[in-house]
Amino acid sequence: MSSVGVINTENSRSLFAHRGGYTAMAITAIVAVLSVLLLMDDSRWVYLLVYVWFGLAYGLLLQYGRFCMASAVRDLFAVKVPRMAVGMLIATALFSITAGMVTVSGYSTFHANPLGWHIIIGGLIFGFGMIFTGGCASGSLYKSGEGNMNAMLVLVSISFSQALFVDMGSWSNAFAPSSWAASAAEKGMPEELSATDGWFDQFTAGYIWDLSGGTVAQSLDSGNSWIDIFIGNTLLGAIIPTIALLIVLYLTVYRKGYIRRHKLPSVSLKNDLQGFWSMMTASKNTALAGLGLGVFAGLQMWITGALRERYNIDNFGEILESMGHTDGLSMNLTVFDPGYWYITTQEAQLGGWILEGLGRDTRDNIFFGLVNGLPNPLLNAPLLMSVGIILGAAVLALMRHEFKWKFPSVETAAFALIGGALMGIGARVGMGCNVGAFFAAVTNGDLSGWVFLAGMTLGGLLGVKLFNMWIEWRAVDDEFNV
Amino acid sequence: MAIKFDKISDGHYQLDVCGYVCPHPQMYTKKALQKMSEGDELTLLFDNPSSGESILSMCENEGNEVFDRQEGEGTSSWKIRKG
Repeated sequence: MSSVGVINTENSRSLFAHRGGYTAMAITAIVAVLSVLLLMDDSRWVYLLVYVWFGLAYGLLLQYGRFCMASAVRDLFAVKVPRMAVGMLIATALFSITAGMVTVSGYSTFHANPLGWHIIIGGLIFGFGMIFTGGCASGSLYKSGEGNMNAMLVLVSISFSQALFVDMGSWSNAFAPSSWAASAAEKGMPEELSATDGWFDQFTAGYIWDLSGGTVAQSLDSGNSWIDIFIGNTLLGAIIPTIALLIVLYLTVYRKGYIRRHKLPSVSLKNDLQGFWSMMTASKNTALAGLGLGVFAGLQMWITGALRERYNIDNFGEILESMGHTDGLSMNLTVFDPGYWYITTQEAQLGGWILEGLGRDTRDNIFFGLVNGLPNPLLNAPLLMSVGIILGAAVLALMRHEFKWKFPSVETAAFALIGGALMGIGARVGMGCNVGAFFAAVTNGDLSGWVFLAGMTLGGLLGVKLFNMWIEWRAVDDEFNV
Repeated sequence: MAIKFDKISDGHYQLDVCGYVCPHPQMYTKKALQKMSEGDELTLLFDNPSSGESILSMCENEGNEVFDRQEGEGTSSWKIRKG
């Protein structure tokens, strides 16, 4: 039915017997050998390796489906293409089902975010930034695996902007309301954190900690956990909003083109249903990647939850402590260990760890000092998940003849650094990125994720408008102007 | 490295967005197609795989035909006929 006649040479080419294929196999073999060596050293490393292995799976799926949530928002407004928004919503619906099963089993590692104005503002800053970088937090990881150095610059910028943002000093106090300082002072934090000094500390202790949040299941509280979780979290919290958004996308973006392409004189309900299905399956790779991500994201929570029970721990910091790796632990003897798919916090830790190595005191704040710690990157399990995403994407891109080192121009490098900094700041204000604050949240019954998506979409719309103005302005003296 | 949009012959244009990442390739392709007339052909060179997915969908929605796809090592050369 498609009007696009395609001669696809891609599928006829070998996946393995070529230079890229050999490099891909070498990367896989190196990860396998390192995994075995680590497990021979101490079987508890399996906890860290689970992060790495799931990272590889996410990387493969993201590259396979060219799965980027920035394009979900951007392509919708910029070129009227809903394929990625559809893929993202398919992944959301499916992850909400697998997450429900994990929650019922008692192995859920999820914690809801507190709900407040910060979520929509953070989402807005994040969404605005990601239009200019060309990728969301997870998209920039998989694109780095394709040899895209622009995406690597985005990662650098997200890492350092976050680390500097959470560690802002006294100069930033002027931007915090005095009520935050007063409330932060009441929390009785240890002296060395200087919790009443610095904007982000006051924001955390004097604002965030006074808010509450929760899941739909927690507010239903019917006494039957199956009903609470599957009706509350999965159906009401994720699937019904997802279907509603898909219908809006069909009616506002897809339907007109579908009717025109099929030259329908009048439109029956049957036509509309066929059109809706056509939208859902327009990009099979994206839809399949969405299905895979939904399943794997649930599986990761379940396996990590089961490992926590087996080792009788609540946090990876306990394993690190018993192995003698205490340097990077927070005051609470913890490290960042969400137990599910997450991107930005571990990147902040990478930035913070490097700055600490350069001599800056990056632990006199709540974010690193009290909560997340600053572990060596080689012992930072969620950060190694991000490395896994890059490697997984590289493996598939190499096999598919799509890997290519791409150097940024001055223009795209500036966009990557500025956009990446906005994404980093937005992620810290909104308490996560497109994955942690949206995808992992809404699928676990935390409605704050939909608020983040609303902010991200609005920021994306503003970003596209500004980007269009930039293109028009450049076209005036550009070679593009034929 | 810059974006190059050239008229090769009557009714045949070439757009080279190699080195550019999202959203440049899809937005410039849209803009190039807007400047062309019905039946004109565009040769599009790009090396950002994810843009290809968006460009395919965009062409399908707007009735433009992608009639040839040559994939090299990381670089794609597509031919699009404006509908």
